[in-house]
Amino acid sequence: MTSELQRERLAYKRSRSRRSTLVALLSTAVFAVVAVFTVTGAPGWPRVRQSFFNAEIAWRSLPAILEGLWLNLRVLLVCGAVILVLALGIATLRTLRGPVWFPLRALATVYVDLFRGLPLIILLYLVGFGLPALRLTGVPNDFVVLGGVALVLTYTAYVAEVFRAGIESVHPSQLAAARSLGLSRRKTLRLVVLPQAVRRVMPALLNDFVALQKDCGLISVLGAVDAVRAAQIEQARAYNFTPYVVAGLLFVLLAVPTARFADAMGRRAQRREGGR
Amino acid sequence: MTEPVLSVREVVKRYGANTVLDGISLDVREHEVVTVIGSSGSGKSTLLRCVNLLEELDDGQVLLDGVDVSDPRVDADVARRGMGIVFQAFNLFPHMSVLDNITLAPRVVHEVPRDQAEQNARELLERVGLADRAGSFPEQLSGGQQQRVAIARALAYSPRLLLLDEITSALDPELVGEVLALVRELAVAGRTILMATHEMGFARQVADRVVFLDGGRLVESGPPEQVLGEPVHPRTRQFLRRIIEAGRL
Repeated sequence: MTSELQRERLAYKRSRSRRSTLVALLSTAVFAVVAVFTVTGAPGWPRVRQSFFNAEIAWRSLPAILEGLWLNLRVLLVCGAVILVLALGIATLRTLRGPVWFPLRALATVYVDLFRGLPLIILLYLVGFGLPALRLTGVPNDFVVLGGVALVLTYTAYVAEVFRAGIESVHPSQLAAARSLGLSRRKTLRLVVLPQAVRRVMPALLNDFVALQKDCGLISVLGAVDAVRAAQIEQARAYNFTPYVVAGLLFVLLAVPTARFADAMGRRAQRREGGR
Repeated sequence: MTEPVLSVREVVKRYGANTVLDGISLDVREHEVVTVIGSSGSGKSTLLRCVNLLEELDDGQVLLDGVDVSDPRVDADVARRGMGIVFQAFNLFPHMSVLDNITLAPRVVHEVPRDQAEQNARELLERVGLADRAGSFPEQLSGGQQQRVAIARALAYSPRLLLLDEITSALDPELVGEVLALVRELAVAGRTILMATHEMGFARQVADRVVFLDGGRLVESGPPEQVLGEPVHPRTRQFLRRIIEAGRL
């Protein structure tokens, strides 16, 4: 049985929360109405609606863009897998201690500095047009492959740093515990350090994955017919920008499952490790 | 007399200009329980970490069953298989279940088949009173339970020597008892134990020998009733007086 005092307090809390909800709803509605009126009331709105939000052109361009998106998706999955493996290797090299490893450590550091600093678009041109121009045997001249290589080079540098942060966040006492049980350095890294490191950096990794999803569209600058390139072709054909909006919305839709997956992963980790 | 299980000879350890261990010598014989006492910073933990080869020595030797394991030509990973250490802060692996924590070393170091390692681990959990927590994760357990799992983990590959590094210092007072009771059982069962502790009452009851460290030197060593009851050295007396004033003896 709750006391009179507690009942009165609960009633007060309820009335406060009702008021806050009401204020939030009202302000959101006002903002939405103002935004809609500003955009649709703008002098150029009829032209913009015609050239960016044309339903008929959207529907007509959809098949070509979807086909392009399928290419993006394949590039994404292959590059994503390669990036994970290479980045983990480079991160591991960067955390090695001792003078024996100096050359490898230095090489890994130079790699990260170089490719994290270099704008992706410039790297795409260098790899996409410069590499085939060497006419070395065995160098592919497929723009999809070359674009993928450029994406891998850049994103490996980013993801390696994410992994390194994770590895270094594992407390030295965990290493001591593993080594004291007789585990070698390698087994300690594989069984004790990396599982904890990867779990901790999962949100950052998924964040980079979404960024990669979008940047896969950049291989279009080399001429690969992906979703962005397909949209460009449709735009030129119809003399209308709607296909770009369609491609943009499709990329957003692609990112949503990743975001929800990231949330689910976070909740699962919290449940398992008792929430901290 | 037989070879001691552990023989520490003139061990020196420095961190920069700070000499933490200044020529410590100590033997632990089979079935013997030796407790190391001393104030914070006296080198107790460092001594245990040096024995476990987690720290590199600056001088001296650590002999395990007569073999110099501090020699850089000896594989430290192999030498550590003969020792188990339990840490003050438990250091369980948070991403593994209790069962996986205990079976890790038997499986990946000693190549025991998984089902056999798990059966052994379940028996150990029974002994430490946590048979029903095999599937739990460390953070779901209390400190005392975690420390008992850590002890089970250290026992899982039947080491010759058990090192206990202030294993009750991070526990709430009401959880200390359950861990000490377990150590007492191990001592009675004839385990060879080297233990750093602040639990003077426990040291007095369970230890065969108590050694007092001060400033990285071994100041006094002997049976507990002598070192804790009638200490010879003035530093030991001073230390014990403070302990008594704090109500810990």
